[in-house]
Amino acid sequence: MSMPANPAATSAAAPPDHPSLDARRQRRAWLFLLPTLAVVAFIALYPLAQTFYLSFTNARLGTGEPASIIGAQNYVDLVQDSYFLDAVLLTVLFTVVTVLGELALGLGVALVVNSRFKGRSAVRAAMLIPWAIPTVISAQMWKWMYNDVYGVFNDLLVNQLGVLDRNVAFVADPAVSFWAVALIDVWKTTPFMALLLLAGLQLIPHDLYEAARVDGATALQQFTRITLPLLRPSMLVALIFRTLDALRVFDVFFVMFGNRPDMQTMATYAQQTLVSVSNIGYGSAISVALFLIIAVFIMIYLAVFRAEEA
Amino acid sequence: MSGAPRRAARRRSPGQGALRALFYVLVAAVLVFTVFPFVWAFVSSIKPDDELFTTPVRYWPGRATLDNYRLVLANGEFQTALLNSVIVAVSVTAVSLAVGSLAAYALGRFRFRGRSLVLYVVLGMTIFPQIAVLGALFEMINFFKLYNQLTALILTYLIFTLPFTVWVLTGFMKAIPREIEEAAYVDGATHWQVFTRVMLPLAVPGMATTGILAFIAAWNEFLFALSFTQTPDKRTVTYAIQAFSTTSSGLYEIPWGQTMAASIVVTVPLVVLTLVFQRRILAGLTAGAVKG
Repeated sequence: MSMPANPAATSAAAPPDHPSLDARRQRRAWLFLLPTLAVVAFIALYPLAQTFYLSFTNARLGTGEPASIIGAQNYVDLVQDSYFLDAVLLTVLFTVVTVLGELALGLGVALVVNSRFKGRSAVRAAMLIPWAIPTVISAQMWKWMYNDVYGVFNDLLVNQLGVLDRNVAFVADPAVSFWAVALIDVWKTTPFMALLLLAGLQLIPHDLYEAARVDGATALQQFTRITLPLLRPSMLVALIFRTLDALRVFDVFFVMFGNRPDMQTMATYAQQTLVSVSNIGYGSAISVALFLIIAVFIMIYLAVFRAEEA
Repeated sequence: MSGAPRRAARRRSPGQGALRALFYVLVAAVLVFTVFPFVWAFVSSIKPDDELFTTPVRYWPGRATLDNYRLVLANGEFQTALLNSVIVAVSVTAVSLAVGSLAAYALGRFRFRGRSLVLYVVLGMTIFPQIAVLGALFEMINFFKLYNQLTALILTYLIFTLPFTVWVLTGFMKAIPREIEEAAYVDGATHWQVFTRVMLPLAVPGMATTGILAFIAAWNEFLFALSFTQTPDKRTVTYAIQAFSTTSSGLYEIPWGQTMAASIVVTVPLVVLTLVFQRRILAGLTAGAVKG
């Protein structure tokens, strides 16, 4: 090995845990982190703090007037705003329905693709397709399938299977449009949920099942006593991720329903208030409310799982 | 599993055979559920309008045509949107990788006070609702005169691509054997030289994984594109397709054939990317999610 040409490197002859070297490594680490920290501060931390601040103001864009602090007025208005309350209800209902549906279906799919069969890797690859298609575009694809006159679903249900006696306006009919949009979300994310759960399934040691079989455990007992308990950490992670996504749902509702008043989620209502109406103060209050609801959901999950562990 | 038990498993009783058949029905159901909307969009995109708007529905085109594709690809606004999406997604990916790999090197290789705090902040950002910062970002973008500029998108998309990039790349950097790095230091390399000549080349697989994920995420984004751009010349594809189907008028209120053709054009690169890199993508997704 050649002699170090760089004079600074000769200090490496000193013990490696020399304090000055350590301090230099600390400084160097922060230097490498600097660009990321700058970006995070600029587009995440500052805007987040700003959103909290704006929610206590009457800020509007384009009026030229300076915003003034109006205290909790926006929040007082929020709890009396029936559009907002309906949006909260719809968002929470959507979250509960889709996340439970995706968990149940995803677990089933994960168990199927965890078994050995010919073409298994092709099926696992195909499952990434719904995940890769932009939500806006998959919503368009579904909207076409849902079409009340020319849609494939109406043809299947009315003409091919004869389950219904007349066509349904899946997107327009308030009685079914919620379920129509929930199904799109379930379609898009069940495969992803299944892949997360599959990763968890593969971490379970195989000898546990062998031992259970030797002890005469049935398939159902193996599932409830081994698979479910050991899958719990993966399920918690998947549930938290999916719940957060469902609570902030925007794209699919916007594409399917635009600004239809009975089909607003918290995110579509906030976006509309912020951007179309330019009411930054009130829109920020909606954003903060969504943030708080997300925090509540995370705390519930963590509390439930901790209680079960105890 | 070795060959012998597998061959033994193939000799099944009739009951097992039925169970096996049922299992394959389940597999087929999963497949149909997963790919049918995509297949249907494709079938619809190659139908002429009179076959598209007819009842009962035709399950296969009688006269397949590429007219819808011709119309969509000749549409200037759609071309611009495609180009905009490429510019935005490539730029976001490049910036995320450049900035994120620096941070990942520090987080994966250096012990320093505040390291875990930085990791928590980065992880916290991955579960961040975009809408929570929309109002403030909207104001900021107006303040810097970036409204209706692609730069606004490139900058703000980092909010979801950067944390992910840092998180996954940190894992990759940690996995690189320390001896290689130490040998470079003994030879007198600086931290910067170690980073650019040793760590970066070895982290290429990780960069590819996170790069693909960042690209897909940027390509799919809609909320910021809708909120921060306005005129057709600045729209990305997700916004363009949405606008396309609501503004066009004609014999049938929505040009579904063209919308489906556009959907296929926008989706196919992603599907190909996903299928080619499926192992990497799965590894990246599960690393990002399970470690969290």
